[in-house]
Amino acid sequence: MAIETPKRVHSEPVVVNIGPQHPSTHGVFRLKATLDGEIVQDVDMLIGYLHRSMEKLAEERTFTQNIPFTDRIDYLAAMSNNLSYCLAVEKLAGIEVPLRGQWLRVLFAELQRIASHAMANGTFVNDCGAWQTPLMYMFREREKILDLFEMTCGARLTTNYMRIGGVAFDPPLELWPALCSLLDEMPDRLEEYAALTVDNEIVLARSKGVGVVSAEAALNASLSGPLLRGSGVPWDLRKADPYCVYDQLDFDIPVGRDGDCYDRFRVRLEEVRQSVRILNQVVERIPGGPWQAEVPLHLRPAAGEAYARIESPRGELGFYVVSDGGPTPWRFHCRAPSLINLSALKEMTVGRSLADAIVTLGSIDIVVGEIDR
Amino acid sequence: MTVLLDLQVVADQLRGAVPESVPRVDTWAVIVDAGHLVEAVRFLAGSALDLSFLASLTAVDRESHFELVYHLQSLDRNHLLTLKTIAEDHETPCVPSLTGEYRGAHLQEREVFDLMGIRFEGHPDLRRMFLWDGFPGYPLRKDFLGMPGTLSAGLPGFPHESGENRWPVPGSTPVIPQS
Repeated sequence: MAIETPKRVHSEPVVVNIGPQHPSTHGVFRLKATLDGEIVQDVDMLIGYLHRSMEKLAEERTFTQNIPFTDRIDYLAAMSNNLSYCLAVEKLAGIEVPLRGQWLRVLFAELQRIASHAMANGTFVNDCGAWQTPLMYMFREREKILDLFEMTCGARLTTNYMRIGGVAFDPPLELWPALCSLLDEMPDRLEEYAALTVDNEIVLARSKGVGVVSAEAALNASLSGPLLRGSGVPWDLRKADPYCVYDQLDFDIPVGRDGDCYDRFRVRLEEVRQSVRILNQVVERIPGGPWQAEVPLHLRPAAGEAYARIESPRGELGFYVVSDGGPTPWRFHCRAPSLINLSALKEMTVGRSLADAIVTLGSIDIVVGEIDR
Repeated sequence: MTVLLDLQVVADQLRGAVPESVPRVDTWAVIVDAGHLVEAVRFLAGSALDLSFLASLTAVDRESHFELVYHLQSLDRNHLLTLKTIAEDHETPCVPSLTGEYRGAHLQEREVFDLMGIRFEGHPDLRRMFLWDGFPGYPLRKDFLGMPGTLSAGLPGFPHESGENRWPVPGSTPVIPQS
């Protein structure tokens, strides 16, 4: 007699805590998953372990004093955060940035994008199961970029380089040959990454068709950055709402097709190639002249409000700054892409195995400092 | 380039579709009556304006009332609208939730609730996010724990700014909220 096995055995729901300290959460982030066997039935995120009340602290400091806070919001893309905040204050105070300052901003924002995407892709492949080795490959170029940052402003991670009205320093002369040699070797390095990871069986098996989010769902959930583009929406603020001199630069927006983890990974990889393209144009075309506007020491923007956003490596990074005419912002709000990109986490993970949830979380590329602020 | 929508034109369209929904327009935003907020947003997202992407949601404490600020974006037509609504009651502010219209409002409304203490009527899962249950008060409100000896919002001057000595500022004593 044939023994009939039921198609699916259900178990008592089991609650598994991933984090707060867990290698796959890339920070102090706790994911509470309710499991039926191995299948995720519900996820809930418990955050706030890294909450440093930046928005409150910023209300008690002057506009210029707040720039270092923005480094610490997203410590993997400090330049982008500096830039977005400075753009907001410049909009509020009506300050024009000199041309060289704008080009330098683009230069460092794009270098930061490469560094951040190297980290994101490295840890993503890590989460897929290719433990540490690909991460070290990606870190090789990130290291060189951080050296360039150190050369320019003395800091590697929390750069505090942008200023209201421009940038803090003109890069030293030795930056340019170092940058050119990095840009020369990047195409080969990118080929190497692609050969190692794009057709890698581990990456394909773990990320194809995992964590799918459709274009409609992504838009409704306010997702932005590589998540939105991975779902096939060609939305990039560098093209859609150009800031600095992006409207004079030639680059493409890579988009995915299926909206799965693999597509997001591919989008990031391709964005690095586009950033190299932008950087080559910047090196060729950067004009001379002053890099900082003359901004009053006691900066008091007129009462009003401004919302400025940029395409940070993680998505739409916006700063909403309200002034009442005093020396400090009345309100300082950061529209954090890491937090808002988690809006669709439930749709992406429920109904699949717990191992897939880890890969999905890795593909969102969260920075916990930005989630909690 | 993202176009900022003409506030007066949008206000007229909104008044036509949802009567009495727009009491006024300020320099930056269309101000929508809280009671008509969901209807108004449904119109903005569904009509030819196509404002179907909630770019940002936040709140500002104006001391006598709260301002909720929504940045709505159209990806197809590439324009942006700032929408505001007022929560009049400063003690227990409450506005309707937009979670029915935008999935992306979930976490942002929870954040505003956690730090500003504004209740969102109709939010399916409104609980504290960064702070723990039972945390006394709402830190982003202006009356929450002023730091003595530091600048605080709305002060008249910089420390050591020329002119009369404005430092330290009288009346900047801390107020500890009672839970």
